[in-house]
Amino acid sequence: MLDLPLLTILTFAPLVGVLAILIIRHDDAEVVAQNARNVALFVSSGVFLLSLLLWFTFDRTTADFQWVEKVAWMEDFGISYHMGVDGISVLFVMLTTLLTPICVLASWNSIKDRVKEYMICFLILETFMIGMFCALDLFLFYIFFEAVLIPMFIIIGIWGGARRVYAAFKLFLYTLLGSVLMLVAMLTMYYYAGTTDMLELMAYNFPIEAQKWMWLAFFASFAVKVPMWPVHTWLPDAHVEAPTAGSVILAGVLLKFGGYGFLRFSLPMMPEASLYFTPLMYTLSIIAVIYTSLVALAQEDMKKLIAYSSIAHMGFVTIGTFTLTTQGIEGAIYQMLSHGVVSAALFLVVGVVYDRIHTREIAAYGGLVNRMPAYALTFMVFAMASVGLPGTGGFVGEVLVLVGAFKANTWVAAFAATGVILGAAYTLYLYRRIIFGELTKENLMKITDMNRREMAIFAPLLFITIWMGVYPSSFLDFMHVSVEHLINQVNTSLAQSGMLELAGR
Amino acid sequence: MPMAEMPNIVPALPELFLAGVIMLLLMFGVFQKGGLSDNDSGVFRIVSMLSIVSLILAVFLLVPVAGARAVTFSGMFVTDQFAVFCKALVLIAAALGIIVSQDFMERHNVARFEFPILVVFAALGMLLMISANDLVSLYVGLEMQSLSLYVMASIQRDDNRATEAGLKYFVLGAVASGLLLYGSSLVYGFAGTTNFDALATLFSNDNQVSTGLVIGIVFILAGLSFKVSAVPFHMWTPDVYEGAPTPVTAFFAVAPKIAALALFLRVMVGPFGDLLVHWQQIIVVVSVLSMALGALAAINQRNIKRLMAYSSIGHVGYALVGLAAGTEQGVKGVLVYLAIYLVMNVGTFACILCMRRGGRMVEGIDDLAGLGKTNPMLAATLVVFMFSLAGIPPLAGFFGKLYVFVAAIEAQLYALAIIGVVASVIGAFYYLRIIKVMYFDEAIDHFDTPIGREMRFVIGVTSIIVVLFFVYPAPILSSAAAAAAALFAG
Repeated sequence: MLDLPLLTILTFAPLVGVLAILIIRHDDAEVVAQNARNVALFVSSGVFLLSLLLWFTFDRTTADFQWVEKVAWMEDFGISYHMGVDGISVLFVMLTTLLTPICVLASWNSIKDRVKEYMICFLILETFMIGMFCALDLFLFYIFFEAVLIPMFIIIGIWGGARRVYAAFKLFLYTLLGSVLMLVAMLTMYYYAGTTDMLELMAYNFPIEAQKWMWLAFFASFAVKVPMWPVHTWLPDAHVEAPTAGSVILAGVLLKFGGYGFLRFSLPMMPEASLYFTPLMYTLSIIAVIYTSLVALAQEDMKKLIAYSSIAHMGFVTIGTFTLTTQGIEGAIYQMLSHGVVSAALFLVVGVVYDRIHTREIAAYGGLVNRMPAYALTFMVFAMASVGLPGTGGFVGEVLVLVGAFKANTWVAAFAATGVILGAAYTLYLYRRIIFGELTKENLMKITDMNRREMAIFAPLLFITIWMGVYPSSFLDFMHVSVEHLINQVNTSLAQSGMLELAGR
Repeated sequence: MPMAEMPNIVPALPELFLAGVIMLLLMFGVFQKGGLSDNDSGVFRIVSMLSIVSLILAVFLLVPVAGARAVTFSGMFVTDQFAVFCKALVLIAAALGIIVSQDFMERHNVARFEFPILVVFAALGMLLMISANDLVSLYVGLEMQSLSLYVMASIQRDDNRATEAGLKYFVLGAVASGLLLYGSSLVYGFAGTTNFDALATLFSNDNQVSTGLVIGIVFILAGLSFKVSAVPFHMWTPDVYEGAPTPVTAFFAVAPKIAALALFLRVMVGPFGDLLVHWQQIIVVVSVLSMALGALAAINQRNIKRLMAYSSIGHVGYALVGLAAGTEQGVKGVLVYLAIYLVMNVGTFACILCMRRGGRMVEGIDDLAGLGKTNPMLAATLVVFMFSLAGIPPLAGFFGKLYVFVAAIEAQLYALAIIGVVASVIGAFYYLRIIKVMYFDEAIDHFDTPIGREMRFVIGVTSIIVVLFFVYPAPILSSAAAAAAALFAG
């Protein structure tokens, strides 16, 4: 392996772009805006290309962390700057680097106001997101995890829709409340184990009573991020008010923080508590899957509908995670990745017509297939992927989760399967209302099909969606060993505390 | 009659230096001014400059005494690494306080040369407080500081609000001093000594303390709580902050808080350290109340100075979390917190001092509307300070909170930690509101530009420290650790 601090470069390279944008000076505001766009696109694409190194050099045969960097940081506290990726996190890093340039492109024309600041926000956001997935120190993780709120708050608050202030505050305060409770739990971990190194913490056995409290605190944070019912209400608001690219990042990457957190913290560090709370997770997830699917059926706003569908899909993720089976966990990761691509694409799909008609109301559309065939096709592929049609990425994730769920608890699997049907119902219903039918609306008569920039945005996403559906091994190979290692770790720990029998395994 | 032995004056070098400077500057000011008008900004400028320089020199004078603990003046005065750390903070805060006041004082016709001298006077009082090793010297230092502050609050003597603020501060401050003095006399009555070292020895040998002594400690606590404006002794803070001239408020929000909290630590950990069980509960309650009030009462404020008053009450609550832990880690947390608090607050107030429209100061939060468009740099720095005050990583404010909460968890004060973080979420709301007003609302009007050179300097330096604290936190962390260790060793 090359001796290169690759993760550090990936994480902080966007900040170089920020500096470059900051020094842009010109009298003509349009020139400044255009330069800011170019710099942001250049830097984020560069980061993506660089992240391809991860894809090619990643050793798929070991569960160890790779590209590890460790530098002492706050020594009195034992906090170090510790970065590394394993089979669970590496693909999330790739997802982030993929979606950021797409976001920049998607905002090319739709953002006209304060472009400079906008691009700075996105690049800073990318830094925090990549850092979060790479962090291997408790507090380093927390810093990135929470810092994400700053650019997100500003993105929604400045470039959002009519109720943007409300949505931005709700997002910020909801997630902050969860996170600070997690912080207390992290401090408690440090108090018990005397270290903030995540690898050492995974090996440490916390007393069971303390675990339960800490688990709940972590749950408070991750459940809000995922989001799980009943703390999901910030998401529809945030999605509806956020600019298109903001929704893309929110659905594509930010929601994964929660699922990733469960895999990285709750399971390996608090296995007994995780087992203890599994019924709670199942219940909440099933409610999320079924209830939010029904809610989605009743939505009048496209973005809101997709937001609710995200909550339902993330319900699968939490079910899969807590089945503690190989299939379930791999399915959960896979579902997060495919959802990251598909829901991001769906928000972009909405953005395309929103940029033209400036409304997200479903009733305002209809019969678009007549004027926008390419658009209709694109939309269809992603709608099908969202439904989980075989041959798309969504299918693999859902099937793996359901298989895992059948192994762990048949009832859970049965309820979750209902969710798949409901998912098909609301997605197809949405698709029919927008694309099919007669083209009767006056303002839709002159609507134009996607232009080249928009096609360029969708091309990679389409490609990946199909690839993930047709040949999942190229992605699953990354995670096999790490997931196996995770499950062994949990089972060993459960066996030590004699809770394995309790789990019936 | 034998000659009284000459006390060792080396440990008190910075204080003696400042005392000398004050007298020289007073003379200089009086003679320079001669028959000139009341507002001779030339003299004001020179005296200010000299005061700043001597405050900075005093920081360097701390170096020779930075090593071991030394007691002098018959046990009245102590200096150790703890004192040096806090004194450095106070001196820096005082110097910054003078720097940010220049422009304001000249514009508002209060450019009297006495102002910087009063700041140095107050700083001297604070240094004495920090070094107090006896209830008597504690009181003397505290009063020296307080009297200067009373005058400073009403330095704009033809302004109604300022004089009201000064009077309120004086009356309530006198009550607090009375409480403190009464408490000290009770302690003396029951323990038979006022010397901290003697008290510490007394309590370490004998854990059975009389009720009278506990009552005395409670009175001392009440007096100190007033000085740091902790709930329930906070009532003066919003009025004084709002009424006093803004640069004075900026000074009030930082230097006296640091000095009083340092004193708080010294008294509680030093002489009364072994009585932790007796006072821990009180500190916990005071801390919880302060955090809660700071978070809740600020929500509805329209005046930014008043808002900062409630914010400072909240921050004192967080700092007291560290004291409530009663451990070395806790003291270290408080010291880190104070250092960061100093930077954040000076920066914020420097921004507030730039809120000037048509030559007049504006103080309403709504006046900030659209600042993100009209003055992007000022708005961006204020955003940094607001997020930092709210304690959002990776900004400095987060690390301050982190360190006190670590101490709370290690002392198993889980409830306190949870209440604290929840209060910080509520508090985040009003900091966010300021950001919202600046960026999400439409602009009304420009603030006056350009911003003065010294303001740009202060805002620039403080915001860089706040943003980049996480890159290299080691110097502050290690010196705070050494200071905390020194306090516990002594």
